[in-house]
Amino acid sequence: MFPAAFDYIRAHSAEEALAALAQHGAEARILAGGQSLIPAMRLRLARPAVLVDLGGVKDLGYLHEEGGELRVGAMTRDVTLERDANVRARYSLLTDTGAVVADPVVRCLGTVVGSLCHSDPSGDWGAAALAARAVMVARSASGERLIPIDEFLVDSFQTSLEEGELAVEVRFPTPDGRTHGSYQKIERKVGDYATAAAAVQITLGEDGRVTHAGVALTAAGPRPVRVDAAEKLLLGQLLTEDVIRAASEEARAASDPFADTRGSVEYKKDMARVLVARGLRASAARLGTGVTA
Amino acid sequence: MTATETTDTTLRTVTLNVNGQTIRQEVESRTLLAYALRDAGLKGTHVGCDTSSCGCCVVLLDGDTPAKSCTMFAVQAEGHQITTVEGLGSPGDLHPLQQAFWDQHGLQCGYCTPGMLMTAKAMLEHNPDPTDQEVREFLSGNLCRCTGYNNIVKAVQQAARVMRDEAQAQALAGMVPSTAEGGAQ
Ligand SMILES: Cc1cc2nc3c(=O)[nH]c(=O)nc-3n(C[C@H](O)[C@H](O)[C@H](O)COP(=O)(O)OP(=O)(O)OC[C@H]3O[C@@H](n4cnc5c(N)ncnc54)[C@H](O)[C@@H]3O)c2cc1C
Ligand code: FES
Ligand code: FES
Repeated sequence: MFPAAFDYIRAHSAEEALAALAQHGAEARILAGGQSLIPAMRLRLARPAVLVDLGGVKDLGYLHEEGGELRVGAMTRDVTLERDANVRARYSLLTDTGAVVADPVVRCLGTVVGSLCHSDPSGDWGAAALAARAVMVARSASGERLIPIDEFLVDSFQTSLEEGELAVEVRFPTPDGRTHGSYQKIERKVGDYATAAAAVQITLGEDGRVTHAGVALTAAGPRPVRVDAAEKLLLGQLLTEDVIRAASEEARAASDPFADTRGSVEYKKDMARVLVARGLRASAARLGTGVTA
Repeated sequence: MTATETTDTTLRTVTLNVNGQTIRQEVESRTLLAYALRDAGLKGTHVGCDTSSCGCCVVLLDGDTPAKSCTMFAVQAEGHQITTVEGLGSPGDLHPLQQAFWDQHGLQCGYCTPGMLMTAKAMLEHNPDPTDQEVREFLSGNLCRCTGYNNIVKAVQQAARVMRDEAQAQALAGMVPSTAEGGAQ
């Protein structure tokens, strides 16, 4: 089906995009890769009156490390992360996640920032960003503000971006040598949204004990679910099988999915448990603790 | 009908660069690229699912980026070089991928074939020597109702070999610089 009619504005800079947002207010929507927005418009689930296309804003398509963070511009495609050698070598959680978002053709146009702005509780980047403690950078006429991802993802398809604000970047803290992660997903077929999925990121101290833990779930509630109880439980511990089992039980408890064609509530909750355990083992293996994934 | 329904029913002219030719067309902002291409007579771009899932409508942007043209507005495509299956080869001069799909019986009804060809072309631009698994993964957003995929994978591997050989022959002939990457073995 064709989308409802709209006015199209192509921005050539972030400033032009902001000016268009300011002029058209709530009527306007940003168009990034279009891989969620256009399908939604075709189904008439979304009918913005004005689309502000970032496709021509070349200087928002960047990926570099700065100030201890990986900075990913608003027009950086999933495929750019997937092919980047530094990301592959050091950002294991992001690499795992990027490999299972939609299918490769969709990833050639879809952006990480666009996915986070879409705020679909079944979107894979949300949980990964929570576990990695990402920060969003929002720009408006009055300047920039940093929004921790926990505050950015408010509810299903709802972020804390205000009217007239543009997300220009997402920042992922650069893992030091003792940090690794993993994204584990169960899907019915390649390119499908998760039946259940879990993002894990772990930092170990010199003594092999956990100094930082990020654990989050996809498709387990109205927004990506951060499993605080598991994170707290892991802190200061060695990644033994007992600790992994206890932490993954917390994921089961925190998961609050709904039943659909992908599975029952009980099944999805149990898969949250299984996937967190797998993610912790995979992270431990990547950290060279001797645990096998 | 709401206010949003009535805005921009006027047509606008887009200038599209398709297969090296300039096409000027009257479209609405909401006209999807797949339909604009078909309206321009380029019927090789197929619409299968219209839900961004099947990949029958894949075209290339700027030579190496595959895009589902049912999930892109024609107005977005302005300024990009678009390649459709018509730009890949011609009946008298098939592209190695087209020849390989022929040789390996990589199609049955052929409905998915244009998208398969374009997606495979994009993959080989970045990965000239893929494993079977890599071919399967990269083509996983392209659905085929008929073939069972095995012959498609065989065809892509045949084309990859032919294209590597061609690149090497060209490098030896000094037609392109013979760098480590450029002259894939
Ligand atoms: C076949 C298919 C399968 C898919 N499977 C998956 C999957 O398995 N997992 C998954 O996570 N996703 C999946 N998706 C969704 C899609 O991959 C992502 O949601 C997509 O990459 C979003 O990025 P985009 O750049 O295309 O955003 P767009 O579609 O352009 O925008 C999405 C939303 O974010 C807003 N927005 C975008 N950028 C900004 C910005 N800079 N500032 C403010 N607002 C902004 C838009 O206004 C819109 O509301 C699938 C999509 C398709 C078509
Ligand atoms: S018609 Fe475009 S993906 Fe199916
Ligand atoms: S050959 Fe018929 S759909 Fe693929």
